This record gives sequence, structure tokens and C-alpha cells, in this order.
Amino acid sequence: MTQVNHLIEIHGLKKIYQSGDIKVDAIKQMDFFIDDEEFIAIMGQSGSGKSTLLSIMGALNHPTEGQILVDSLDLYSLTAEQRADFRSEYIGFIFQSFQLIPYLTVLENVKLPMAVTGQKKKIKNQMALEMIDRVGLGAKSHRLPDQLSGGEQERVAVARAIVNKPPIILADEPTGNLDSKTAEEIMLLLQSLNKDGHTVIVVTHNQDIKAYATRSIKVQDGECFA
Amino acid sequence: MKLHNISFGNIKRRKGKMFFLVLGLVIGISTVVTLLSITQTMTRNIEERLNQFGANIVMVPKSENLSLNYGGIDVGGVSYKVREFDQEQLEDIKTIKNYKNLSIIAPKVLGPVTVNGKNVLLMGVLFEEELALKTWWHKTGGTFPEKENEVMLGSQIATLLGFKTGGIINLSGNSFKVATILKPTGASEDDAIIASLGASQRLLGKEDKLSMVEISAFCQGCPISEMTLQIAEKFPNAKVTAMKQAVMSKMQSIDMFKSFSLGVSIIVILIGSLLVLVTMMGSVNERTREIGIFRAIGFRSGHVMQIILLEAMLLGIIGGILGFVIGNLIAYGIIPVMIKDGAFAGINANLGIVSIFMAVALSLLASLYPAFKASNMDPSEALRAL
Repeated sequence: MTQVNHLIEIHGLKKIYQSGDIKVDAIKQMDFFIDDEEFIAIMGQSGSGKSTLLSIMGALNHPTEGQILVDSLDLYSLTAEQRADFRSEYIGFIFQSFQLIPYLTVLENVKLPMAVTGQKKKIKNQMALEMIDRVGLGAKSHRLPDQLSGGEQERVAVARAIVNKPPIILADEPTGNLDSKTAEEIMLLLQSLNKDGHTVIVVTHNQDIKAYATRSIKVQDGECFA
Repeated sequence: MKLHNISFGNIKRRKGKMFFLVLGLVIGISTVVTLLSITQTMTRNIEERLNQFGANIVMVPKSENLSLNYGGIDVGGVSYKVREFDQEQLEDIKTIKNYKNLSIIAPKVLGPVTVNGKNVLLMGVLFEEELALKTWWHKTGGTFPEKENEVMLGSQIATLLGFKTGGIINLSGNSFKVATILKPTGASEDDAIIASLGASQRLLGKEDKLSMVEISAFCQGCPISEMTLQIAEKFPNAKVTAMKQAVMSKMQSIDMFKSFSLGVSIIVILIGSLLVLVTMMGSVNERTREIGIFRAIGFRSGHVMQIILLEAMLLGIIGGILGFVIGNLIAYGIIPVMIKDGAFAGINANLGIVSIFMAVALSLLASLYPAFKASNMDPSEALRAL
């Protein structure tokens, strides 16, 4: 019987990618848990399976085997549309290379996750501006992404990830394209979000990130070592 | 932030691609509008000619004898007994299915009368109907007859008998005033005395009898041959003939042109739709990354579909409006060149509405597959492009 005491529980997780006759074991076997308000650094080299793990935790990638429970909810027993709603409500994604929509302004990019929620326009605006202020870009809310520096674009990505106030923030190599000073600023921002109650999970190969995390999980050859 | 903001933003950003998509729709819609305008003008042109020609259905009593007359030249020298209808029977024409399409019914009585010892043709008519039918009748002076004791002379007979407008003519012992003389028409009326139907019937001793009826049927795409059959069924003793075969064959040519236009329109619209499909597919493929982000931040597949279809709808509206305007401009320019005496029939608002709806429908149909593909994109696959 599964005892659900943690925010995220992963049991017997396996993921195999198959292309023709070629099979790749991206995740061989993983079992671990993450508690509420933790700041987890998932460390591993390129090809270790950490990004696959992140996408599975983000309800984006169906595992080949195993179970992932978030707040007692078995993610992959949900329909695709229910998982979309789950992502909207529970998850804030921060992607490597920022991944902002180039034709939308900072404000519009931050409001993007709210396009499918039922809030009123005024509330959406208020929430988005609040998040933009939080990441220190209050004066640049009407600029387009290509009018911002790399660090500023990453801040917009963070604001977009937290605008719906999701309990979990998943960040994939958030400092990968930033200089060390800007990377430190972003990590401090994530740390402050963690202190505000968000559970932050960062996937990275950068050993320096460990210093900001409350706990780290090492991923190697599709297996994890807590 | 709403889904339509994303659609608007994408249209603004990908102006080049969207231009080609709209171009596909504009080519399709403008071709349809141009061809429809041309056929509309051609039809109107032919109908105007039909109207100018006067009667297009003639009803005469059935005779077993063959005519020995061609182009007004009688070669037989044999006078057949002229048969008539009862005037009362003419009321039955009102019971045919297409009666409302019969714009003018002009009954006549014909017979010989004596003027200065010569036999001449007297034609009794209902002047109001006859003048509406024979729009090419022009008087030389005076007025068209309004009273029972007034007559109108054909140009030839007036010259031969030496009568002038205002003069008095004696027809078989009865005096009539010459109200006017017709200008030459080149037809039978040049040799006839034309009097009111009632007076003529009395003079000829043919009370309540009719020698022939000329009918003008006029409406857009009237089934003349069908109406001829309907009349023939009601009047079994009459020979009912549809006239102006040449004009009718022109109508057939228009029908052929209409079929051709339809064929061309379908092909052009298919090509236009293909252009929309290819452009939309390209747009969706280019936006894999974007769609991945949308899906990752909680957009349902239906939301992605809405974004793509909304774009298609907006571009359909633009394509429909532009296609309608350009189609009308082409028609305006091309019609005077293509059709002799042809003038642009004018802007048809209904066609405008249909054009916009058609463009939107085409754009949506052609975008359905790309939208479906985008909405069903596996988010993890889409995110691998990140």
C-alpha cells in the first residue's frame, strides 16, 4: 500500500525511448520523493536522463513504467486534458534559453499562462505586473523579448512560471545561458521563491547550483542517487 | 491576455507567410466574383435584348395547312380560311404555373377591310399592351390612338393611300380619324391599319374572336420553352411557338459559360485552399517550439486548435473582403472589353457576404488538419525542439 506523505513521490519510474529497433533506456529505475517547500537540485551530466525526469514530473512525458504522485494524484492516470489543467494549476516551467514568445511583450508573456484561466482582465494584469515587479522588470513591461538582455529574459521566464502561483517550479538549466553574475541573481531569485513557499526543482549539470538547494539528487545513467 | 491576442500577434509577426495565405484566398475569391459578375452581366445583356425584341411567345390557331410565306413574301397565292380563338378562352392563360412571368399579353384580330376600293389589312389591338410590347414603334406626329374611332397607319399604307395625321379614313363604310402614322419598322405593320381591338372585331364581323396572341415572358432565367408547353397544354387548338431562337441559343451559351466558370472557380478555389493548407502547415511546423511552450504552461489541445483556427478565420475575413473588392475591380475593367455594350452590373452586397463566408469556410477547412496536428502534438516531443 502506498503511503502518501510527500508532495511528489516517484515509484519504479522507467522511461525507454524507441526509434525503430533502437531502444534507449533514458530512465532505468528511479524511486524518490520530494517534500513541500524543498529546493531540489537534480544534478547530472548531459544524457543522464535528468531532463526526461523533469518532463515526466511536469506531466509532459508519459513514463514507460512506474508511478508519479503529486499531492496524492497519480499524474499518468489522468487524461491528456486533465494533465494540461494540472500543469496550469500546479507547475511553473522555466526553460533553458528562456523560451519567451517573441511577438508578445514582457507583460503579455507573463500573462500567457493566464490566457486559459478564467480570471478577469484586471486581475490578470494586476497579478502579472506584481510578478514583473517581483523580478525587477517593472519599468520594462512593454518591451519585446529581443529588447532585453539574457538575464532580463530569464527573469521574464521566472515571472511567467510563478504568475499562476503554482506550488511547484520546474527549472531546466536556468543558468545555462547566463554569465556567472546574472546566474547568481537568478538563483537567488529562485531561492527567495522557495522561501515564499514554492517547491523548486532545478535540473542542472552546474555544481555551483547545489549551494542554493536544500537537497540534491544525482542522476547518472538513468538512475538516481539521493 | 486572451487566446486571440496570440493569434493577432502571430499574424503580425509572420506577415510574409500570412500574405501568401491571404493571397491564396484572394485569388480564389476574386476569380469566383469576377466570373459571376461576367455571367451576371451577360445574362442581363441577353435579357435586355430579349425585352427589346418584344414578344418571345406567339400563339396562333392551329392549322393543318403549311405556310407558303417566307419573310413577308407570299408565294402560294392561296388564301386559307383564317381561324380564330374565342376571346373568353384567353382568360385560361392565367391558370398556367408561370403566369406571373408573363409580363405582356397582347391579343390581336386580323382581317381585310376596304379603303377607297382597295383591300387592306386591319389589325385590331389593345393599344396599351401593344405599345408596351412594340417599343420600337414611333409615331411621326399626333398621338397614339386613345379612342375607338381613331386608327394608326403603317408608313407604307399611309403613303400608298395618301393619308396624313389628322385625316379621316373610311374603313368599310365607317369613318375613323388618323391619330398618327408610324415610322417605318420594316415589319408587317408598315402595310397595316391598326385600330382598337373592339372596333376592329366589329368591323371584321369577328366579335369576341382573336386571330393571334403575342406574349412577352420576361424574368431572369425564365424557362421560356417550359412556359410555351404550359400554354400549349391550356390551348390545345393553338400553335404556341417560342421565338427568338438565336437569343435563346445565346442563353445556352451563357449556361455553358456558367458551367465553365463553375469549373474554373472550383479549380482555382482548390488551388487557393492548397496554398492555405501548405502555408498553415509551414506555420505550424515553424511554431513547434511555441506550441510546446503553450502546452507546458497548461494550454489544452483545444486551446492550441482555437489559436490556429482563429488565425485562419481572421485571414479568411481579410481574404474574403480583399477577394470581393479585387474581383469587382477586375470585372469592372474586363467586362467592357469582353462583352459588347456590356457594363459592370454593380456591386452585389449578397455576393460580398457570401464571398466572406466562403473565404472563412475555405480557410478554416484548409487549416483544420494543421490545427489538428498542432493540437495533438506531443508536448514532450514539441519541447525537445527547445
